Amino acid sequence: MSNILEVKDLNITFDTYAGKVQAIRGVSFDLKKGETLAIVGESGSGKSVTTRSIMQLLSLNANIEEGQILFNGQDLVQTSEKDMQKIRGKKIAMIFQDPMTSLNPTMTIGKQIAEPLRLHQKLNKDKAHDRALELLELVGLPDAEKRMKQYPHQFSGGQRQRVVIAIALACNPDILIADEPTTALDVTIQAQILELMKELQEKINTSIIFITHDLGVVANVADRVAVMYAGKFVEVGSVDEVFYNPQHPYTWGLLASMPTLETSNSLYAIPGTPPDLLDPPKGDAFAPRNEFAMKIDTELEPPMFKVSETHYAATWLLHEDAPAIDPPAEIKARQKLYKEKYAALHSKGGNL
Amino acid sequence: MAISDEKILEVKNLKQYFNAGTKNEVRAVDDITFDIYKGETFGLVGESGSGKSTTGRSIIRLYNPTAGEIDFEGTKVNEISSKKDLLQFRRDMQMIYQDPYASLNPKMKIRDIIAEGIDIHGLAASKKERNDRVIELLQLVGLNPDHASRYPHEFSGGQRQRIGIARALAVKPKFIVADEPISALDVSIQAQVVNLLMELQASQDLTFLFIAHDLSMVKYISDRIGVMNAGKLLELAPAEDVYNRPLHAYTESLLSAVPLPDPEYERNRKRTAYVPNISNNGDEKLREIVPGHFVYCSESDVAALRKKEASYHEKETSVKS
Repeated sequence: MSNILEVKDLNITFDTYAGKVQAIRGVSFDLKKGETLAIVGESGSGKSVTTRSIMQLLSLNANIEEGQILFNGQDLVQTSEKDMQKIRGKKIAMIFQDPMTSLNPTMTIGKQIAEPLRLHQKLNKDKAHDRALELLELVGLPDAEKRMKQYPHQFSGGQRQRVVIAIALACNPDILIADEPTTALDVTIQAQILELMKELQEKINTSIIFITHDLGVVANVADRVAVMYAGKFVEVGSVDEVFYNPQHPYTWGLLASMPTLETSNSLYAIPGTPPDLLDPPKGDAFAPRNEFAMKIDTELEPPMFKVSETHYAATWLLHEDAPAIDPPAEIKARQKLYKEKYAALHSKGGNL
Repeated sequence: MAISDEKILEVKNLKQYFNAGTKNEVRAVDDITFDIYKGETFGLVGESGSGKSTTGRSIIRLYNPTAGEIDFEGTKVNEISSKKDLLQFRRDMQMIYQDPYASLNPKMKIRDIIAEGIDIHGLAASKKERNDRVIELLQLVGLNPDHASRYPHEFSGGQRQRIGIARALAVKPKFIVADEPISALDVSIQAQVVNLLMELQASQDLTFLFIAHDLSMVKYISDRIGVMNAGKLLELAPAEDVYNRPLHAYTESLLSAVPLPDPEYERNRKRTAYVPNISNNGDEKLREIVPGHFVYCSESDVAALRKKEASYHEKETSVKS
């Protein structure tokens, strides 16, 4: 599979009254054609900033200090706003979290779906209308002809998100960025939207970057998972590698803080709060919250250690000189559960 | 505190209609009945618009019910009329809100936010006593004493939710309505707040009504769970039973839609659509299928539901053997 997007050593800061916030501190990743990459992390970890920088939608006080965002070989950081407008919505489209505010309340749904078609594909009014109708039917809204003439307030949250998806898919984009697209929705509606996205991905073979903090959703949609913490990727791997063989203590913490059906005693909670990125700590940013932190963690940032061809994690625990550690009981129980599953998958010849 | 068999709250045939009698009538809560026992956590789940928040708000008397009765420790909540009794009721029952950003007054210091209830109820004799109590509460919810002189904007979402919890505990309540207290928080912070709530329940002798749509967290925290849809309470049972032996088709479809953090499970999960399994005979009400497990159904459905319940047990024994 070829890479459609390559992000190389991205560094982004924000100017604030308090000083420079180092929001993204050296992020590199690539996105393959047709795959779904999920980015997980807490609020403030830089998930949304990363994707907004791909769309070149950063606010005015943001500076891209370093790095490249190569889309089919073209560096988007260096692309002019005029050229960017030809890419945005056409080649790279985005679905936002809040379907209540991402539609124009004074414009009919039909017009809003037709807008990118008129702009990017230069369709005439009638053709754009017909295609918009097709798209509404594609995203599963019944009575599409009537719905075309209605306004956003006449739609429920789930229906609006379907409309937003229809707009995003109007020009068959190469990359679809979905920033917490189901967080505001009920579980049953969420399930429908996720099924819809997967179905549409198969039809038009688009690559998806999916941002969420719900690990259940990640397990459902992702081919690969990237875990973000304090402006960095701390672990990247296939969905099975990250869930069944997690390496970074932060990933352990995230996984263990969600109850399983077996959890009966108290939940594992990562102590403390994320660091202030105005003045990121020296060494590993996760060290103050990490009970396995070693002396080196407070001095030197860990590089990405290779676990497998597709699996990398930035923790000194993977260094050959690191001592063997004893994770907390809750995490060990989880690992045991996961290891059994991992083994079972291998014995079945699962596709890991 | 162990769960006693003493009822602390009884909700009887509660109806909460908005715009009652007009063509815009909304039956937000439509004839629901349940009890909450002293010391338990009662989880109320459902989709948005199911009436779960309205139920919580009616219980704490933010609304006047259209019909029905809410008894708290034997007193009819809606008939409390004297100022003194109402004040006592407000002290006994407190609320924790969903949005930690909107529920704290941005112009007030944390000390005054937490002490507002102490002041209203006259629980502190001196300024020093008031201050000591605030510090004690801050420590109880895992914050620092020097946070007292700060303002809400200086805190993260999780810290704000802790402040909201400290404010609720300031008047030593017996019963807390927690309306989606963790849905606005990050996963790692959710676990911290849930652990805190469970510790406090044990140490402060609290009873919780926990309203949420996050089904995995609800199961973990609740002793019993009620499932609501369109203003009706459709199923009511101990948490384990709701999850492992759901009887109402709506509960089954809701559970089948929940994604779990397990890729292998997710690849094989099949969502079941909601196909009603309850007849429409006009005599539907909450009926006890097996002890402790209630389903909103018609008399004619009971036999089939009992059979379904039994089939779960057969499956479980066959798995074990």
